[in-house]
Amino acid sequence: MPTPLLELDNLQKYFPVSTGALWRRKIGWVKAVDGVDLAIHPRETLGLIGESGCGKTTTSKLILLQEPPSAGTIRYDGEDVSNLEGAELMRYRREVQVVFQDPYSSLSPRMRVGDIIAEPLEIHTDFAREARAQRVAEVLELVGLQPEVARLFPHEFSGGQRQRIAIARALATDTRLIVLDEPVSALDVSIRAQIMNQLEHLQETLGVSYLFIGHDLATVAHISHRIAVMYLGQIVELAESLELCAKPLHPYTQALFTAALPSHPDQRHEKLKITGEVPSALDPPSGCRFHPRCPHAMPHCAREAPVRKEIAPRHAVACHLY
Amino acid sequence: MAPLLRVSELQTHYFSFGGTRVVKAVEGVSFTLCEGETIGLVGESGCGKTTTCLSIVGLLPSAARIVSGRVEFAGEELTQKRPREMRRIRGRQIAMILQDPMASLNPLFSIYTQVAEPAYYHQAIRGRSLRRRVEELLRAVRIPSPAARMREYPHQMSGGMRQRVVGAIAMAGGPKLIIADEPTTNLDVTIQAQYLEVLKDIQQQSGVALIFVTHNLGIVAKMCDKMAVMYAGKIVEQGPVRDLFREAKHPYTQALLGSMPKLGSKEPLFAIPGQPPNLACPPAGCAFHPRCAHALPRCAMQQPRDRSIGPDWTAKCWLVDQQTEEQYAHAVA
Amino acid sequence: MVDTTEQTSASVLSAGARDFVSVGRRWTGVAWQWPVLPLAILVPFVLIALLARYIAPYDPTEPIPGAKIFEPPFWMQGGSAHALLGTDFQARDVLSRLIFGARVSLIVGVAGTIVAGSIGTALGILAGYLGGWVDQVIMRVTDAWLALPGLVFAIFLATMVGPSMWNIVIILGLVYWTRYSRVIRGEVLSLREREFVKLAEIAGASRARVILRHILPNVLNSTMVLASLTIGVVIIAEASLSFLGVGVPPPEPAWGSMLADGRSMLMVGDWWLTVFPGLGILLVVLATQLLGDWLRVRLDPQLRNM
Repeated sequence: MPTPLLELDNLQKYFPVSTGALWRRKIGWVKAVDGVDLAIHPRETLGLIGESGCGKTTTSKLILLQEPPSAGTIRYDGEDVSNLEGAELMRYRREVQVVFQDPYSSLSPRMRVGDIIAEPLEIHTDFAREARAQRVAEVLELVGLQPEVARLFPHEFSGGQRQRIAIARALATDTRLIVLDEPVSALDVSIRAQIMNQLEHLQETLGVSYLFIGHDLATVAHISHRIAVMYLGQIVELAESLELCAKPLHPYTQALFTAALPSHPDQRHEKLKITGEVPSALDPPSGCRFHPRCPHAMPHCAREAPVRKEIAPRHAVACHLY
Repeated sequence: MAPLLRVSELQTHYFSFGGTRVVKAVEGVSFTLCEGETIGLVGESGCGKTTTCLSIVGLLPSAARIVSGRVEFAGEELTQKRPREMRRIRGRQIAMILQDPMASLNPLFSIYTQVAEPAYYHQAIRGRSLRRRVEELLRAVRIPSPAARMREYPHQMSGGMRQRVVGAIAMAGGPKLIIADEPTTNLDVTIQAQYLEVLKDIQQQSGVALIFVTHNLGIVAKMCDKMAVMYAGKIVEQGPVRDLFREAKHPYTQALLGSMPKLGSKEPLFAIPGQPPNLACPPAGCAFHPRCAHALPRCAMQQPRDRSIGPDWTAKCWLVDQQTEEQYAHAVA
Repeated sequence: MVDTTEQTSASVLSAGARDFVSVGRRWTGVAWQWPVLPLAILVPFVLIALLARYIAPYDPTEPIPGAKIFEPPFWMQGGSAHALLGTDFQARDVLSRLIFGARVSLIVGVAGTIVAGSIGTALGILAGYLGGWVDQVIMRVTDAWLALPGLVFAIFLATMVGPSMWNIVIILGLVYWTRYSRVIRGEVLSLREREFVKLAEIAGASRARVILRHILPNVLNSTMVLASLTIGVVIIAEASLSFLGVGVPPPEPAWGSMLADGRSMLMVGDWWLTVFPGLGILLVVLATQLLGDWLRVRLDPQLRNM
């Protein structure tokens, strides 16, 4: 096993919550990310799936250094990221990029596409203008756009094309990891397939890793090598994509699969066994966080939080059933 | 049995810049819907599905106009109705569920007030029976402890609950037809599954017909009896859901089905090249031909007409013509 | 059953109304593209101001040789062709003074707006983007500044530093920057959360870079709209200062001082000394306000695609 490119070790992020108009009393913590262990290897796509409030966006913010973690470490190439400064920090920022969900607000409206893509180059390298223009043309071709579009403005492009530009921008420097936060959710169905294929092709050609965050199981499972399922700030199951689809072990994962839309009207679908809504992260349930909604809950589950164990080769789950 | 809703050759255009720019949002849409049936109106953004629904209920923005065509609902012709008459039909006979529940609910009024309103106006229920009716409706959409929750306000409820309340409001007037425009797009996966089951329940209990507008074929597979696939303002294929999923005839339908990632399969996705057309100046001939892998020379010149493939199954494609000719030649030979 | 005659007349009426509206719509289609009215007023004024030296028949500060004082405009009795709009109390040509006065008004208006806009936009961006105590300090200063009565403050400053055209420009700039900082700060607050700004920050861009490359270009729209609306205010302020005697000093002509000089003669019936400069102020300010309105609608992205 090669050394992981990015490692998250017991990562935690708690947000303080306070009330009161005059005196701000702290009444508790929102445990958005509560003990996340993940590793992403070179040339790999790790899918992160979960519903709203599970902490996947916060996790991506921590990885991108937009927020400091409350506890735990993030290691990049073996080194603790919180210790980075100066040139080392710039290297991290150069090699770890992000593509956001909304193609309409991720491109600066008053900059030409070529300048948008060249910006990381301007910040991190001392390429001359011609060298930059050449690199911009290279990445535009990589994402399937004509190099001539560099002089146009973002509003002249459709949603799918804008996402390609965002991806091109993420690849401009020698990127090794791209965090993709729901990159195709805002796109039309037929365009989604284009972008997904493009991403896979880029991974084969350039060897870049992806953290693919999404909420649609079929999409995430298709592009990811391994999938991590998140619920209320914790990873409940982690397995290879096909293995997870064949044998989901955790009851929440099973519920996600049951809830997933069929791809054919004749597909047998079972009744959804879980009820209710995701509880608030402000006051998560004791023990296993899923136990109030779990159809297989045992009395044990309310008392003790399960530890993630590897049940089958490269298939780990955090559940007392196993 | 006479269909509940019959849309015939509906054409709706948007006029802007003082009438100099015309966007042909809906160009000759025809479909029928019987009582208790669910039809999925499928297509990507800009294909005209929302405009079709707004045309049916008479809620088009001022820049748009129904240029020609008919909408027959329960024996009445809706395109000729005056606004006052349409207002009586909306809510009472046809209800709508929209995408964003927070926009559909008034933050200032309690759940009870909002669910009761259609029943109050359209069915003239009052007092205690009104309370009972609201409880009934909330229970039908599976909101726990309805008597207590009806006193709450929208901001106190989660997104999934709000969308269910919108469903209850839709049912409150006792409609024969509900038009749901992408109601689950903003919901989480498990919440979406619960909501769709609620919709199915309501439909089975009350026999209401449902037009489900979506771009998600999975929802159509789960919920609908028949589906109509729209592209550039036209229905390019429509028929029973099973038939289309098994053997769609129109290349666009085939492409849509092929581009859906399927759980547990790493098969490469089929990506349709190119972009949807600009409706202010659509391509000549079949609007899909620039992106079609099987385009014939004829496709660039003439717009295909509806061809019948089976009972209730039609497609607008010259390829179907060719296939039926080949079949005929085969049969004759 | 529908009453066919009622339906016919109703549909004829509504068809007629629709035609009328559609004609109106076509006109608005054209008028929407260009701000016809404001430009029709402003372009001539700007040209006059630029070419003042060549157009004006006489030196505005010297009396016309051989003319009487208080000569009326040429179309009235007693007027003559050599002083088309009459003369003032020093037998100076009113028309020439009007032309040169336009120069003063427009220069002070534009330059003052530029000064105010620059100060206000810069402070607004810093407050909005940097946040924290910088934001607090700038906003409290803005609040305090707003509490000062604008014109009174301007008069105070003018008497302190002594009147001259460029002093007035700076003074008015110092008085009117606050309207920019508030609005721009608000815009920057929401821009800051937009994804393309976050992307730049994640990519490692320095704060200066984010401000100059991403924030500033996107607030320029609002700045321009505010500027076009401020020009009118500044012009009126300058006219007021000149009227009160602390603006552009004589004998340099300014519309405001022309108003002041001619005020007493209104009672006697010599209306041309005040009406013409007054009309000048009215038209220019009206035009800039209309232009600002048009700009605001034009640049609002939501209204752009109708």
